[in-house]
Amino acid sequence: MPDGTAATRTRTIEMQVMRYNPATGNAPYMQSWTIPFTDDMSVLQGLQYIKDNLDGSLTYRWSCRMAICGSCGMMIGGVPHLACETFLRNFLPGPVRVEPLEHFPIERDLVVDATDFFTKFERITPWLVPKDPKPVSEGEYLQTPAQLEEYEQFSHCINCMLCYAACPQYGLNKDFLGPGLTALLHRYNADSRDNAKAERMELVHSEEGVWSCTAVGYCSEVCPKQVDPANAVNRNKTQSAIDWFARFLPGRK
Amino acid sequence: MAARRTYTRPMTGWWKRDPFFIRYMAREATAIFVYLYAIVLVAGLSALANGQESFEAWLAMLRSPLGIAFQLVCLAVFAYHTWSWFVIMPKTMPPVVVAGKRVSGGTLTGAGVAAAVLATLVIVALAGLKP
Repeated sequence: MPDGTAATRTRTIEMQVMRYNPATGNAPYMQSWTIPFTDDMSVLQGLQYIKDNLDGSLTYRWSCRMAICGSCGMMIGGVPHLACETFLRNFLPGPVRVEPLEHFPIERDLVVDATDFFTKFERITPWLVPKDPKPVSEGEYLQTPAQLEEYEQFSHCINCMLCYAACPQYGLNKDFLGPGLTALLHRYNADSRDNAKAERMELVHSEEGVWSCTAVGYCSEVCPKQVDPANAVNRNKTQSAIDWFARFLPGRK
Repeated sequence: MAARRTYTRPMTGWWKRDPFFIRYMAREATAIFVYLYAIVLVAGLSALANGQESFEAWLAMLRSPLGIAFQLVCLAVFAYHTWSWFVIMPKTMPPVVVAGKRVSGGTLTGAGVAAAVLATLVIVALAGLKP
């Protein structure tokens, strides 16, 4: 490829990165670096350039570099993004502002404390509970393409927590189960092989459940996997309302 | 190991942080005008029950410059309310499948807005038939 094409041309851009040092515990501050970049460089690669060449103490999470591990979620230009699939060139002439995911406590620099998310994760029974357990030797639980379609989209969640950073209701009320986990909860409820829906619906109906959502809808906008968590949450409001009225039908527990 | 010392950012002014949140707050604020207009309609109903003179006074109030200005503001706000309502609608319902294919959210929103426009035109036409 000849020199000077879009992919190889090196330009510079200013990166403004939020820093926080727990050793001092003082409020976070912004630090700025101007770095060289090519058109194929992601924000994550920009951070790696800083860490390798300018400041080795810069701290952030990353792993796969291809938008599947869900580790590098951060606020880029004020919007929740995966740093690995967000290109520096989109922020020309700069600066590009990088901050830790909103609504989570900052652990250090761009690393947030995800304890709340994973504590809640355990509560949604995030596995299939078969109606009639059978040994593997008896074969798989079969499913039609239509039954797969019921939940497939919600199974694409990579737990990147971008939707939580996009949800002001979660920011204001940490008891709220939140968009991503409700989508995952729905993923198991909507699976024809599962039999623990009643148990999970207790959580859906509760104060922490779907009724804390006010249909802002930004969670679905920022989702890198088109899971549409807002849809999972709001469909479960309908389900929750139906369940509530169904109490009055004879023969219902 | 030292205890964790995390920093929690305040939520003050969160709705000004992102244009998406401003649009959301605008959508929620339209409820105030829906409420005010409902009061005007209830007042009209009550005036109607009180007899012709009272009803004429209510009509005159609507026809006053202030009354017309209020209704124009309501019209603009209700148009935004309608649009924003149908934008969020696809997020609230199970997938709509037509001929084996899932209908996109944009199509559902478009259909909703079209239905609202059609209903409005029908109502305006019906109202126009009256003297």
